[in-house]
Amino acid sequence: MANYYSDIPQIKFELENSELMPRIVELKEDAYAEKDQYDDAPQDFADALDNYDRVLEIVGDITANVIAPNAEEVDAEGAHCENGRVSYASKTYENQAAMIQAGLNGVTMPRRYGGLNLPVTVYTAANELVSTADAGFENIWSLQDCIETLYCFGNEEQRQKYIPRVCAGETMSMDLTEPDAGSDLQSVMLKATYDEENQCWRLNGSKRFITNGDSDIHLVLARSEAGTRDGRGLSMFIYDKRDGGVDVRRIECKMGIHGSPTCELVYKNAKAELCGDRKMGLIKYVMSLMNGARLGIAAQSVGLSQAALNEAEAYARDRKQFGKAIIEFPAVAEMLSNMRARLDAGRALLYETARYVDIYKALEDISRTRKLTPEERQELKVYSKLADSFTPLAKGINSEYANQNAYDCIQVHGGSGFMLEYACQRIYRDARITSIYEGTTQLQTVAAIRYVTNGQYAGVIEQFEQQDVSPEFADVLSRIKQMTAKFNACTQLVKEAGSEEMHDLCARHLYEMVSEIIMSHLLLRNAQKDKGLFGKSLEVFVNLAEGNVEKHATFVGKMTPQRAAEYRCQ
Amino acid sequence: MMSYKIVVLAKQVPDTRNVGPDAMTPQGTVNRSALPAIFNPEDLNALEQALRIKDQYPGTTVTVLTMGPARAAEVIREALYRGADGGYLLTDRAFAGADTLATSYALSVAIQHFCPDVDLIIGGRQAIDGDTAQVGPQVAEKLAMNQITYAEEILKLDGRQITVKRHIDGGVETVLSPLPCVLTVNGSAAPCRPRNVRLVMKYKRALAPLELACDTSYADLPYGEQYERKPYLKLPQLSCADVGADLNQCGLSGSPTKVKSVENIVFKAKESKQLTGSDEDINGLVRELLASHTIG
Repeated sequence: MANYYSDIPQIKFELENSELMPRIVELKEDAYAEKDQYDDAPQDFADALDNYDRVLEIVGDITANVIAPNAEEVDAEGAHCENGRVSYASKTYENQAAMIQAGLNGVTMPRRYGGLNLPVTVYTAANELVSTADAGFENIWSLQDCIETLYCFGNEEQRQKYIPRVCAGETMSMDLTEPDAGSDLQSVMLKATYDEENQCWRLNGSKRFITNGDSDIHLVLARSEAGTRDGRGLSMFIYDKRDGGVDVRRIECKMGIHGSPTCELVYKNAKAELCGDRKMGLIKYVMSLMNGARLGIAAQSVGLSQAALNEAEAYARDRKQFGKAIIEFPAVAEMLSNMRARLDAGRALLYETARYVDIYKALEDISRTRKLTPEERQELKVYSKLADSFTPLAKGINSEYANQNAYDCIQVHGGSGFMLEYACQRIYRDARITSIYEGTTQLQTVAAIRYVTNGQYAGVIEQFEQQDVSPEFADVLSRIKQMTAKFNACTQLVKEAGSEEMHDLCARHLYEMVSEIIMSHLLLRNAQKDKGLFGKSLEVFVNLAEGNVEKHATFVGKMTPQRAAEYRCQ
Repeated sequence: MMSYKIVVLAKQVPDTRNVGPDAMTPQGTVNRSALPAIFNPEDLNALEQALRIKDQYPGTTVTVLTMGPARAAEVIREALYRGADGGYLLTDRAFAGADTLATSYALSVAIQHFCPDVDLIIGGRQAIDGDTAQVGPQVAEKLAMNQITYAEEILKLDGRQITVKRHIDGGVETVLSPLPCVLTVNGSAAPCRPRNVRLVMKYKRALAPLELACDTSYADLPYGEQYERKPYLKLPQLSCADVGADLNQCGLSGSPTKVKSVENIVFKAKESKQLTGSDEDINGLVRELLASHTIG
C-alpha cells in the first residue's frame, strides 16, 4: 500500500539527522518528566524518534489512501454556504473523520490538555504530507496550530476550556483581514466593546478572506480601544461558535484550494473573550500567530512541490514520443532535476526553520513554569532570532518554488497539462495562493531584509562555512563561498548607497541571493551525511543558485539611486 | 445505557492479493514465507463494526481472539492500535493443522473460557487464504447462538436485540436477532478506521510471551521495566490446556478434512483470433457475439 511518508525518505532524514534533534526532544519532553505519567510519553530520545516515525507512518497512510484519492472530488465539489453556515465538500468530512480517528489533532499541545506533545518539526512533516495529498484540506487541518497562540497567551481557564476541544478535532480560524485591512492589519476596524451588564466583550463588524471562517473556535483581531486608528488599539479575542453571533455572508469563489472555504463573516454583537492583554493583539499575538501560520504555508508549499514532482515524473516516465519515454530527453530531464533540487533545498530550509522554532518555543514554554538559567536564556535569544529570520525565507522561497514546480509540472505534461484531466492543473491552481496569503513574498522580503543588513544571515553563513567538508565536496563549498562573496558585496553596496528607495528595490534580489546560499549550505550538509539521497540535488541546486546569484549580483551591482528612481510608477 | 461484551475473531493470513512468482510451493500449497502476513481484510471490517458499537455504547469491551503462531500476535496489536480493549493469542502445538471444524472448536472453547457472557461475536465473512466462510457459522453452531452471515451494517442495537443488513445475492436483506449472536461481516461493509497515534505509542511494545526469544524474559527486553509497570504490554496467551480443550477435537486429530491431492492448473487459451481495427472485422465480431447470445 502506498504511504507518502515511507515514499519520501528525505522527510525521515530531516527528523533523524540533525544535531539539534536531541536537544529539541529533551526540551519538549522536559527531560522526560512525563514518562511514567502518560502511556504515550517516550522513555528517552530513541523512543521519542520511534514514536515520531510511527506517527508519521500513520499520516503517510491516511494521506496516500484516504485524502489523496478524495482530492479531485473535493476540488470539483468545493465547500458550500447556506443560511449563514458553511458545509465542506462531502469527502472533506471523510478526510476529517480519518484524521480525528487517528488522533491527529492538537499535535503540539501538552498531554495534560489532551495533546500529543510532539515537536513543531514533526507537526511540520505531517503538514507537508497532508498538503501533498490535498493542499486545500491541509488548510482546514493545519489551522489547529492557532491553538498555539491561545496556549501561549490565554489564561489557564481558557486553556482548559479550549485546548481539549481542539485536541478532540474541533476546528479553528484566525479572523484577521477585513475589506480595507489586508496586508495592512493596523487598519482593522472590527469593533470590540465591553458589555458591562453581561461582563463580556461584544464584537460587531465584518471580516473578509477568512480561511475556514465557520470554524468552532475563532481567534479574532478587533479594535478594543475606541478612537484609535493604528495597531496599538487592537486586541485579540476568542469567539466560540457555541455562543453564536457570527454568520457567514458568503464564501469566495476561488482559483484553487476549493476544499478550504474562504469566508466573509458578519459579527452581530457576538460574545467574545479577551485573549491575553488589551492592545497587544497585533503587536504581539498576531505576530506569533503569523509566524506559526507562515511556517505552515512553507510546509504546504513543500508538499505541493512534492506533489508536482510526483505527477511530472510519473507522466514523463509513462509518456512516449519519438519512440522513447520523454524523461529520457535532456530538456525534460532538466526540468525534473531542477524541480527535485528546488524541492530538496526548500525542504531542508523548512525543517531547519522548524527546528529553530522548536527550540525557542520549548524554552519559552519552560520559562512559564520556572526561571531559565543564564545559558538557557542565551539559547532562547539565539534561537528565537534564528527562527524569526528563517521563517520569512522558508515561507517566501518555498511558496515561489511551489509555483515554479507546478508550472514545470504542467510543462512536462505538454498539451495534456493544459487540459483539466490531470492532477497537475489542480496543483497549479492550489499552489498559486501560497505566495500570497499569510504575507505575500514581497512582505516576506520586508520581514527578512533587516537580517540582511544587520548581518544576521551573514553570521549564520559564516558558521556554515566552518563546517568540516570532505574533499569530494570541497569544490562545492568554494563555489558557495564565491556566491557569498557576491552577496556580501551587494549588501555593502546597497548599504553604502544610503537610498531607501534603492534599498527597497534591491531587497527582493538580496533576499533571493541569501536564501539560495543558505539552502546550498543546508544541502551540502545533508549530502555529506547521505550522498545518495542529496548528492544530485546539491549539484543541480548549486548550478541553479550560481546562475541566479550572478543575475541578482548584476542587477544590484549596477543599481544606483538614480536608476532606482526609474522604477517609480505614478 | 447498555454496554456489550464483544469478541472479534481475527486471523493473520498470507497476503494473497499481492501474489509474486514464488507464492506457491512446487507442491501447489501456499508458500507462507514468501507472502507478507496481514490482518485478514474482512476481519478488519468486522473489527470496525465492533468499534462502532463501542463508540456508541461506552463501557462496551472489544476483545480480539486470534489463533496462530507467535507472529499472529501482530493481529492483536493492530486491533489495539485501532481501539480494541484487549486480545488473546490462542496458541498451542496441539492446534496445528486444524481445519475449519477444529478451528471453530478451539475458538468456541476459548470464548467460553475468557468471555462466557459474550453478547456478540464478530468475524470476517472469510479469510483470504482458505476462503471457506465456515469458521464463523461453526462457532455459532458450537455455542448454540444465532448467526448472521454476510453482514454489511448493524442498523440497530436495541437492548438485547440486533438488526443487521445482510449483503446477499441480488440485493440486501434486513434481519433481526436476539443476543447473543455471531456476525460474519462482508468486505463491502465500512472499512476499518486508521490506527490511532496515541494507541500506537501506548501499545507498540506489547508482546505475547511466545514472541520472546528462548530464555528471555520481559525484564531482559529493551525498556524491560515497563512490562512490570504496564501490564497491558503483556499480551495474554492461551494454550489448549488453559481453555480446557479436548485434544481429540483439536488440530490434525480434530480435522476430518483430508487433502487428497493438489493440482497445479495453468490457464491456457483454447483458441484465439486476431482482429484488426477495421470496420469489417468489428462488424464480424459483433455478429458472431450476437449469434452466440454473448451480447444482445
